[in-house]
This record gives sequence, C-alpha cells and structure tokens, in this order.
Amino acid sequence: MTDAVLSIRNLTAFYGDFQALFGVDLTLQRGQALAIIGANGAGKSTLMRAITGILSSPAEAIQLNGRPIGALSAPEVLEAGISMVPEGRRLFPSLTVEENILIGAHSRTGNGYWTLEAIYDLFPILKECRHNPGTALSGGQQQMVAIGRALMSNPDVLLCDEISLGLAPVIIRDIYASFPRIRESGASVIVVEQDIGQALKVADHVCCMMEGRITLSGAPGELSRDAIHDAYFGVSA
Amino acid sequence: MIWVDTIVQGILLGGLYALFAAGLSLVFGIMRLVNLAHGDLIVLAAFLILTVVNLLGLNPFVAALIAAPVMFAVGWLLQSYVLNRVLGDDILPPLLVTFGLSVVIQNGLLESFSADSQKLSAGPIEAASLPLGPITVGVMPLLTLISAVVVIFALNQLFYRTKLGQAFRATSDDAVTAGLMGIRPRNVFAIATGIAMVVATIAALYLGIRANFDPSIGPARLIYAFEAVIIGGLGSLWGTLAGGILIGVAQALGAAVNPEWQILAGHIAFVIVLLIRPRGLFPRAND
Repeated sequence: MTDAVLSIRNLTAFYGDFQALFGVDLTLQRGQALAIIGANGAGKSTLMRAITGILSSPAEAIQLNGRPIGALSAPEVLEAGISMVPEGRRLFPSLTVEENILIGAHSRTGNGYWTLEAIYDLFPILKECRHNPGTALSGGQQQMVAIGRALMSNPDVLLCDEISLGLAPVIIRDIYASFPRIRESGASVIVVEQDIGQALKVADHVCCMMEGRITLSGAPGELSRDAIHDAYFGVSA
Repeated sequence: MIWVDTIVQGILLGGLYALFAAGLSLVFGIMRLVNLAHGDLIVLAAFLILTVVNLLGLNPFVAALIAAPVMFAVGWLLQSYVLNRVLGDDILPPLLVTFGLSVVIQNGLLESFSADSQKLSAGPIEAASLPLGPITVGVMPLLTLISAVVVIFALNQLFYRTKLGQAFRATSDDAVTAGLMGIRPRNVFAIATGIAMVVATIAALYLGIRANFDPSIGPARLIYAFEAVIIGGLGSLWGTLAGGILIGVAQALGAAVNPEWQILAGHIAFVIVLLIRPRGLFPRAND
C-alpha cells in the first residue's frame, strides 16, 4: 500500500502565454527522498514554483496528504506543510543569521522537531556567526542558513532547489551529510539537481525532466546510464 | 548667544519635520512606495483631531488618542484596497494614485471644512517655556522634539526587536521569498501604512497646535518630509530625524539672517547634502 504525501497529477504551468509545464505527474511517498534532474530550462524550478504557490495551478493538480493545494498562495502552502530552500538561497540581507533562521518559523503555531537549537546542532558553524548579517557568510554557510530557515516550519515536504549550485564539492558533501537527519525528522524531500551523480547518491527515486515534461522516472539502481542520458538530453548516447 | 538660541530653535523645529517624515520613511523603507498624499493625510489627521475636539470638547492630546486608531484603520484600508493593487515593478502607478489621492483629500476637506484656517488649542502649555541655561525654550517645541525622538526610537525597536519588524525587513528585502516563509506581504504593507498613519496623527497634533492649518497645506508638508527622508538616507529612521533637524536648523539660521530666507535656506541645505552625499547621510547598506 502506498502512502503518498505529495501527489501531482497532470500539472500545467504558464508564464503569461508561454507554457512551461505539460501534464506533469509525480508522487512523493512519505519519508522518501526524490531527486528531479534535468538540464537548464527543463522546467524543474517552474515545478518548484508551482508546488510552493508562487505560480498558480489548478487546485486539484497538487495534493498534499490528500488535500488539494494547487490554488493556494505561497504562505498558505507553507502552512499546509511544504517549505522550500530556493535556488540562490535568497537570504534576507537586512536580517542576521539567527533572524534569517527564525523567520522560517514566522507562521508556525505549535512545537515540532526543528527548533533554533536543533538547527545549530545540525549546522554548528551557524551558532558561531549567528549575529552576523546572513549575506556576510560564505556560500556554503548561506546554504546552511537557507536549509535551517526552511526546516523551522517543520515541513512535511522539504523542497531543495539547486542547493549545490556554485558550491565547492567538499561543501556540497557537508550539506548533503545533513540529509539523513532531516529525513529522520519525518520530512520527505524533493531535491532539484543538475548534478546527476549527486542526485543519484541522495535519492530513493529519480525523475528526469526535459522541456516541461517528466521523461524518466525510477529508482537510481534501476536506471541505466544510457536511459538517463537520453532522458536528460533528449538524444541517444 | 543669539546664534545658539537660533540653532536650538532650529533643532526643535526639526523635530516637527522629522515627525512629518517618519511615516513617509517607514512606508518607503518597507515597500519602496513614495506616498505623494502623505502631507494631505497629515492634514486629514489634523482635521480629524479638530473634529473630535469640537464634538467631545476634549484636549487635543486626548483627541489624538482617539484619532490615532481611526487613522490606523484609514491607512490599513487605503493600503489593502487601493495601494496594494498598484504596487509592482513600475513605480509610476502608485505615484499617480497617491497624487490623485492627494487631490481627493484636499477637495474633500475643502468641501467639509471650507478653506478657513483652523488651529488646535492646547491651552496654557502653548505659551509655557523652560529656562535652559542662557536660553529659553518653549515647552511645546521641546515636547515635539521629544515626541519625534520617542517615535523614531519606538519604530526602531519595532523594526529590530519584534517579529513584526523581522517581517517588515524581510518583506522589504524580498517579498517573494518572504511569502515562502509564510509572510503575507500585502498584510505587512497594510500594517506598515496603518502605523505610518498613527505617526502622521502625532505629526498632525503638533502641526495643529503649532500653527494654523487648512486643506491646502499638505503638499508643503510633503516637501519638508521628502527632504528630511532624502537627507537622512532613504529608509533610515534615525537618518530621517537627522534630516528633519538639519532642515529645521537651516531654516532657523536662514530666518535669523533674513526672515524671507527661512524656507529657501532649508531647500538649499537639502540641495547641498544631495550634491555631497547623493544617497543621503545614513543610507541603508543594502539599498
């Protein structure tokens, strides 16, 4: 029996007249880590924007724990249980590191696994620089703040959009080292990655996107190198 | 000694200008909205206080306590139902709408209260003064400056010590990402404009007690407020206080040389600061 936390059916998305997503179907099982890979312009970030309510979608196209959330605004989607680490981190320059983390709990009402201390325990370096402006940190540390900020709402689903972009391999390794604990907290995770190797390492399930469509889907061990190549680039290896 | 007295009087006058400007600075700092009706909204608040005084026979200070929440509601409704609809990447629509609002408020007040000058009477305190060493300062001007400092301090505490202040700053930085944090930017903007209108009510109280007012004086208050905000650095609240005081001192010094130079001296000080520091005296680091 499946236990889908997030279910997407026949999702379309538009930027004005330009259609960016064409009937995307996707299921995230509870506790699963799902990686979405694809080249630039494949529609990965558009999919993230649609899930988080930045782009409007048909109400029934996206369901969280069986509840339609497609027509909700971004704050309502967060309250429903989905938070995102946005591409480029998007920390608030006016806020300190600690304020940047705390603002992730802005609309939180109850207690949960993730507290400020739990975030500092996950990324100890942040405690040392908690009074610094968020944007004064290194890229890797900023990414830790962005992840901590997203976790503070104690989400059912955590979306991570290109979190390795522009970071050194050793920093990427450190950041992905936090994922087992994030999954232990009960959060299911969707990771958007251009780095196929990294995505295959962290995910239980991989979807490949191209030109606004899912072109390949399966467990990392089941997908051949050639199949991924074909789905990623749209041409045979 | 006359120059010391002149400068002190200028500093006290600057308190009033800082009060004019604080609401404008708050709104600009959070939503990058230049509210061309700000001066008229101050005058509207002054007429509201006057109405409460006339209807209930209250002291203007007490009447302002009643007017303040009403003005908060005016600001909240104005932002929610008018200004939020025109906020966006293009700065022209909000400019046009607030310009139109300025005209509407002026004509509405003219219809309701006529063009006659009005004044708020606070009683003997208006003529009271305090000896301060070799000079004497009026109690009301001193109270105005103290109120300006308290208002700026309170707004700073709100900005940097409260959850609402975090939401203000986050929304100001990046409204889309703030939405991902569960913040509703339109609500935040409405609350900010409501608070700006409470500050405008405090400014209106001192404006109405200090001098005569009529429906047409709003745009001139807007110019002083603008100059104070720009001198201080857009979005900087303490800078706005400094800007107000600089204009007040310049006007007082100009008037001491020749009474006809009072207003001009304030504008010249503004231009000089712009030439030397185009981003103002205390610009925000991330602007």
